[in-house]
Amino acid sequence: MTDTAIPSNPPADRARTGRMIVYGVAGLIGLALMFAPFLFPDVRSGQVAARICIFIVLAASYDLLIGYTGIVSFAHTMFFGLGAYGVAMALKGMGATWGAIALGGSAGVLAAIVLAVLIGVLSLRVKAIFFAMVTLAAASVMAVLASQLSDFTGGEDGIVYSAPKLFSPATKLLTTDDGKVAKLLGVSMNGKIAAYYFVFLSCLALFYVLNRIVRSPLGTVLEAIRENDLRAEAIGYRVVAYRTSVFVIAAVIAALAGAVWAVWLRYTGPETTFSFAIMIDILLMVVIGGMGTMVGAVIGVVIMNLAQFYLKDLMGAAAEATSAVPVLPQLLDPDRWLLWLGLLFILLVYFFPAGIAGTLMKKGSH
Amino acid sequence: MGQAMTTPSLETRDLTIRFGGHAAVNNVSCAFNPGELTVIVGPNGAGKTTYFNLISGQLTPTAGSVLKSGKDISSLSPSARAKAGLGRAFQLTNLFPRLSVLENIRLAVQARRGFGPRLFARAASFTELGDRAMEHLKAARLEHVAALPAAALPHGDQRKLEVAMLLAMEPDIFMFDEPTAGMSVDEAPVILELIEAIKADSGKTVLLVEHKMDVVRALADRIVVLHNGELVADGAPEEVIALPIVREIYLGIPAEDAA
Ligand SMILES: Nc1ncnc2c1ncn2[C@@H]1O[C@H](COP(=O)(O)OP(=O)(O)OP(=O)(O)O)[C@@H](O)[C@H]1O
Ligand SMILES: [Mg+2]
Repeated sequence: MTDTAIPSNPPADRARTGRMIVYGVAGLIGLALMFAPFLFPDVRSGQVAARICIFIVLAASYDLLIGYTGIVSFAHTMFFGLGAYGVAMALKGMGATWGAIALGGSAGVLAAIVLAVLIGVLSLRVKAIFFAMVTLAAASVMAVLASQLSDFTGGEDGIVYSAPKLFSPATKLLTTDDGKVAKLLGVSMNGKIAAYYFVFLSCLALFYVLNRIVRSPLGTVLEAIRENDLRAEAIGYRVVAYRTSVFVIAAVIAALAGAVWAVWLRYTGPETTFSFAIMIDILLMVVIGGMGTMVGAVIGVVIMNLAQFYLKDLMGAAAEATSAVPVLPQLLDPDRWLLWLGLLFILLVYFFPAGIAGTLMKKGSH
Repeated sequence: MGQAMTTPSLETRDLTIRFGGHAAVNNVSCAFNPGELTVIVGPNGAGKTTYFNLISGQLTPTAGSVLKSGKDISSLSPSARAKAGLGRAFQLTNLFPRLSVLENIRLAVQARRGFGPRLFARAASFTELGDRAMEHLKAARLEHVAALPAAALPHGDQRKLEVAMLLAMEPDIFMFDEPTAGMSVDEAPVILELIEAIKADSGKTVLLVEHKMDVVRALADRIVVLHNGELVADGAPEEVIALPIVREIYLGIPAEDAA
């Protein structure tokens, strides 16, 4: 693309190359996730892959709010948790049936809709900072409720339950002639595979919906509201109605992601859903990936998860390899992994001020 | 002015707004008719922009009402007024800075025409909206910058975009607030042409705040003078321009000299 005879426009070319890199990387990540059970057959990797799928949906739906519409909310994990607890309580109470998942999931989504409409209508017309505080308060109340109403939620311990039989490791999806579970490319075709693809396909569908929304005329209106809400109102868009709608859409998608997460984990507790640490993670993932890009969520989530799950291992190995050198092994001690994670963030933000995807694609000067 | 018997397309009755003790617009009653271009003049701080803000709903009046085709629209939100066909451009350029020029215009077209039930189809597949946006873009001579973000345009092009967005709303009442302010001599004619084209349509009502006397003379069917928030003169251009009070407050010529 560099040595063509056509007079080229360097910034536009760079943006095009950047876009190719970003979509190329995102495509590779997508392929890796699609074949994750075969590429990374160990249990821990399976767990990380499923978590990445779920968090891509969570981060992308959060990007719809903060990146596209300019709404700052701290209640995203609250909606995530509502979906998860809905499914968890139903699976616990009704037994491991598909009906329980449908009923619990619907209840969770319904609760998310009601709360999102209430918060939206009551506070999206006032100052953004006030709205952010309201979501923070709502999320805190919900987290307290989850740990206090232990008769229903299991309190701090959370709820342990079973998923439908299809997802049980003992289930044979394919059998050999002698009735044993068949292997495909060396991987047992058991219920764990079914569970992973349930997560993968659900998340793929939700991510697809989010991408359709931002590429639709509605998506352009949301960006207009982010850019200049007064002018959007002046040309005829009911800003409060749009803001409320997008807040509800994001809440529903987060709740659905929570429901899927609950089915996968077969455990739901405050730590896996309502925790404020997760909220911060989501925020960081979106910022690292690039706000207002959607595809950035994919990259941000993968970087964060790989760092959180593998940085310690990597540092352990590095500390060992450098054991002969002074000081370095101490610096690379796995216990200091947070220090390195922090350093990684600072470098990323420094070199990619608009997030990785945002900076590479030169969003805003396209 | 003539058509006293028909319902005015836009009317303000005793329109008043006070900021603290200061009445920025004070008891302004005025009616505007289709096919008529009214220029609103007055010195800096006279209340012209504030009057527009009251009409289009950005500000809520302390007293008085706004009527569109005889219907009281005082309680409608700005977006509802825009949907009802009341369009305005802003004195201080007021765009969607990081969206492309074409997107800025398409948003205005789409606001008026709606995107119907195909909420989740790709924005680019709405060819009719896109075509209309392209027409407005060309009319404002902005096609060469269609893909640039609005923030990247030079001032003159931003003013053109500001006006193009108002035209793209396809309203029946147009309010321009100093549309050519800060534009170079060779850029301003594009804007004036656009306004003239609207004026040629007898169904449209135009309100224009403008300082430049040559523009006022060329376009005005009628001139309204605001001063200290009050309507102090209203009539045919040559009459109003000749009024001593206008020469004094607007042209800065003391009344005794002018008389
Ligand atoms: N939101 C506001 N709060 C307080 N005072 C205001 C506000 N808006 C306008 N004013 C005051 O109202 C008066 C009228 O202002 P306005 O902007 O309407 O004048 P204008 O006729 O448009 O002037 P210009 O020719 O400079 O554009 C000014 O004294 C201004 O300071
Ligand atoms: Mg003004």
